[in-house]
Amino acid sequence: MKDFAYLTAHDVPTAVRAITTPGAKFLGGGTNLVDLMRQNIERPDTVIDITQLPLDQIEELPDGGLRIGAMVRNSRLAAHRLIRTRYPVLAQAILAGASGQLRNMATVGGNVLQRTRCPYFADLAARCNKREQGSGCDAIGGFNRNAAIFGASEHCVATHPSDMCVALAALDAIIELESVRGTRRLPLVGFHMLPGDSPQHETAIAPDELITAIELPDLPAAARSRYRKVRDRSSYAFALVSVAAATEVRNGVITEARLALGGVAARPWRAHEAERVLLGAPATEDSFLRAAEAELTAAVPLSQNGFKIELAKRAITATLRQLHVEGSAA
Amino acid sequence: MTYVGKPVDRVDGTLKATGAARYAAEFPYPDLAYAALVHATVARGRITRIDAGLARKTPGVVAVITHLNAPAMKPPPKPTPMDLSTMATSSSVSLLNTDEVHWNGQPVAVVVAETLDAAREAAHLVEVEYTELPATVDFAAEEANARPQKNTLLSSANTQKGDAEAALAAAPFSVDLRYTTPGVNHNAIEPHSTTAYWDGDQLVLHDATQNTTWARDQLAIRFDVPKKNVRVISPFVGGAFGGKSLVWPGTVLTALAAKVTGRPVRLMLTRESVYRTVGGRTPSIQRVAIGAEAGGSMTALIHSSVSRVGKVGGWTEQITTVSRHMYDAAALQVRQSLVRLDALPNTIMRAPGESIGSFALESSVDELAYQLGLDPIELRARNEPARNPVDGKAFSHRLLLDCFEQGAKEFGWAERAPQPRATRDGRWLVGMGVAAAYHPAWQFQANLTLRLSADGTVLVRCGFHEMGMGTATAISQITADTLGVPLDAVTIEYGDSDLPGAGTAGASAQTATVTASLLDACEKLTDGVFALARKTPGSPLRGHRRQDVTARDGGLYRDSRGESYGEILRRAGRESIDAQVGSETRLGELTGQVRFMSKFLMDRRRWMKAACGAQFCEVRVDAETGEVRVSRWLGVFDVGRVINTKTAASQLRGGIIMGIGMALAEETLVDPRTGRIVNASLSEYHVPVHADIPTIEVRCLDDPDPTMPLGVVGLGEVSVTGVAAAVANAVHHATGRRIRDLPITLDKLL
Repeated sequence: MKDFAYLTAHDVPTAVRAITTPGAKFLGGGTNLVDLMRQNIERPDTVIDITQLPLDQIEELPDGGLRIGAMVRNSRLAAHRLIRTRYPVLAQAILAGASGQLRNMATVGGNVLQRTRCPYFADLAARCNKREQGSGCDAIGGFNRNAAIFGASEHCVATHPSDMCVALAALDAIIELESVRGTRRLPLVGFHMLPGDSPQHETAIAPDELITAIELPDLPAAARSRYRKVRDRSSYAFALVSVAAATEVRNGVITEARLALGGVAARPWRAHEAERVLLGAPATEDSFLRAAEAELTAAVPLSQNGFKIELAKRAITATLRQLHVEGSAA
Repeated sequence: MTYVGKPVDRVDGTLKATGAARYAAEFPYPDLAYAALVHATVARGRITRIDAGLARKTPGVVAVITHLNAPAMKPPPKPTPMDLSTMATSSSVSLLNTDEVHWNGQPVAVVVAETLDAAREAAHLVEVEYTELPATVDFAAEEANARPQKNTLLSSANTQKGDAEAALAAAPFSVDLRYTTPGVNHNAIEPHSTTAYWDGDQLVLHDATQNTTWARDQLAIRFDVPKKNVRVISPFVGGAFGGKSLVWPGTVLTALAAKVTGRPVRLMLTRESVYRTVGGRTPSIQRVAIGAEAGGSMTALIHSSVSRVGKVGGWTEQITTVSRHMYDAAALQVRQSLVRLDALPNTIMRAPGESIGSFALESSVDELAYQLGLDPIELRARNEPARNPVDGKAFSHRLLLDCFEQGAKEFGWAERAPQPRATRDGRWLVGMGVAAAYHPAWQFQANLTLRLSADGTVLVRCGFHEMGMGTATAISQITADTLGVPLDAVTIEYGDSDLPGAGTAGASAQTATVTASLLDACEKLTDGVFALARKTPGSPLRGHRRQDVTARDGGLYRDSRGESYGEILRRAGRESIDAQVGSETRLGELTGQVRFMSKFLMDRRRWMKAACGAQFCEVRVDAETGEVRVSRWLGVFDVGRVINTKTAASQLRGGIIMGIGMALAEETLVDPRTGRIVNASLSEYHVPVHADIPTIEVRCLDDPDPTMPLGVVGLGEVSVTGVAAAVANAVHHATGRRIRDLPITLDKLL
């Protein structure tokens, strides 16, 4: 690991001023950045520890939503009473990710910004356009079993690894960003970019911005929501496919539908097509199936990840059915 | 016996639990420097340029050693069982003495620095350029180029009895199936580590190894010093599974770095460096064909395999060996062939051969049972041989059917609905599978000394190895019982090449090997004590015959007469008395080896010895997503006498967990374009996590093998055999789907 300057920021103005130093990086829980530094994929000159910022509160907003400080640890968020009761899909998604030790360290802001786990991104001997623009993509003709089926390009097929963000996408969360230039608020849906011809641009955050909070809107339908993660082992594995779902059903008809998928794209994939089919449809197996089919129409497989299309259909159907029959019970 | 057969706590448990047990990377030295490796990024080629300028400028860097400045070493000797001192050679490459690259990941430079961080940073900054040469790296694509293999280490690779192909063609019922298993890696919790220093031409090495003698001999050869100048110390090893049997690049390069810098040097491999420099298990392509009569009696059994070695080395596995011993087929044929790749040599890994061979064999037996409409256990019973099928040798001991019978009863085998996809619990399809476990029993030769002191304590000195299985505990128990002293009166010195050599901790042979010498030594020791007593005036043992006297209660007694060891020694004016088996002199060692080999070969001609067992597995498969979860496990084993019921159960469970990993998750991904391992980390290479493993029940029949010392049959490897087949058979029972390509990931079940 390269030698670097280390400083601790105790307030947001100090932090956002410090990040304007060239080669500076924010350090939250360190569960991803430190690994990448050890692998020499990240080589910052300055590391700004932001875990002491006063951004560790979870507060109710006047409009009924919730404001989550960016430094709240993942495990604390998952355990919070209001999250468990109003947004169970979020608690379940967080608990499906990583390990207990990692969740204790990882921050909400860091989780949003974590990097892909594409193995070619992690190996400096491999070609990766995300790591080194224009070098090529070894995943396309190589091991791509866990690569994207939506929104990939000839330059990059990596997926975003977060579970938490899949739930946040379904919940229409807002990301609050702060810099010396002021404050911005962006929807999480769309915050992560599809690769196109510049896969090195992963999110809408500017180099001088700090995530200060995530806001969840008041969403009564979210009280009946759940997260299903399908993976290669029972724990400590990234999703092959995951599903975040929230629905409201009145008189047998779906009146609200939120659906997002993980493990399928460079962003948490909000399933707008499926939602359109579900909205106003009867809450039946047939509707769930049609919704899944509609969403997966646009999927494009690579040499090894074609199974994800069928798996995603089944996972969507199973999650919607389970939600309908069992509610949020994990 | 007071201790043997009991769940005795580990004698080193407190040391390990408190961190006081020191592993190879934990020995402190003043002036210690740290090393890191630079790995090649091409599969085959020549180094055209190395620029270490930036690396050398890194603060704290002591040396950057490359082929341009490394002192010459002797080339690695060609390994041959005729000369055991050559056996630890892992590859023929003269690392850092050549510009040639033979595998993607080969070390091409070593950086030594004042801190670990500086060493790793500088290693990153070493710039290497190559001329690439054409490389053969894709195992699957090379199948057509496989060449017949003559031998495995201990036997011929090919055997025939009758005309198996003709018998297969004529059989009214038959299966003829193709299986594949991927390359896998050991992933011991302790990455390979070495601390080395030179005092003149004397080398001291703390190394994570399961064979201090082989390691010492290899280093003596490479650095051209007498064997006595090299000492390899390895009292605790954090798991090995075969991966620490040979001398891998890190060990040699640490010794080299210490020589170049004149300082003690420590190298702790990163997990990535373990993947890139320590071989794993070969991938395999196997064919198993079985012909049978309607009643189930097998008329033909054919088992063939394709596996790989590196062009610069590699251990060949006895993949088809299981098929020589398991079933009484009238005609039998086993054949093995090999492909040669520009790749890191593969190596020994827990039950080399039997682990993957039993997957193919035991899966196909299950398929045949379904075709015949027979219970898979019944089919096995109908083909249980009275003598070793391939050559008619007698089994020294074989309770395979007892294992099945006891297991079936306890597991509730008979209560299952035999037809596939018939049992459901909510979203889960539930299935049960069974398979036989089998591993030959080996016994090698150990040298050992015993010292009994007047204070009643016993010191055993023997260079065996402790990699977590509890060897020191088992040997303490046997010593205490044989000499009739309390467990805490026994001290054992082990894991050091300066001790009398005990050979390898491998082939599940260590306990039997050491026990044989230990029993001999105890006999000699008590003879010596008795002789002392008999000639010492006033001893209550005077006038008695040796055979009437027993060692118990801390001394020698006949009925109530007799006295403690301390009293005997004190009366004779002795502080201690020694006994010895084998010799530490070169001549004595050779004589011992010859004597051992002749007995070994005689024994091998006479008996077929093995551990065996029955693996019972229940899986639950999500009907929609194909996620497989193992929900119950029972293994019933015939491993002869069990010395320690607690450590034995742990070791058996560990093997089963490793087998579950092999069945469901583990796969070393080698990029077929570059020969580079793509998932060289524990986050991307999936071993089972706790949540994947249910309670594992293990039972041992505890029936001593009459031909083995104390009746001990090794149990380190048998428990990994049959596991993958039991899982695959259970998956079939649950889903109706046969998966013949490991690992059984959910995409194969969609």
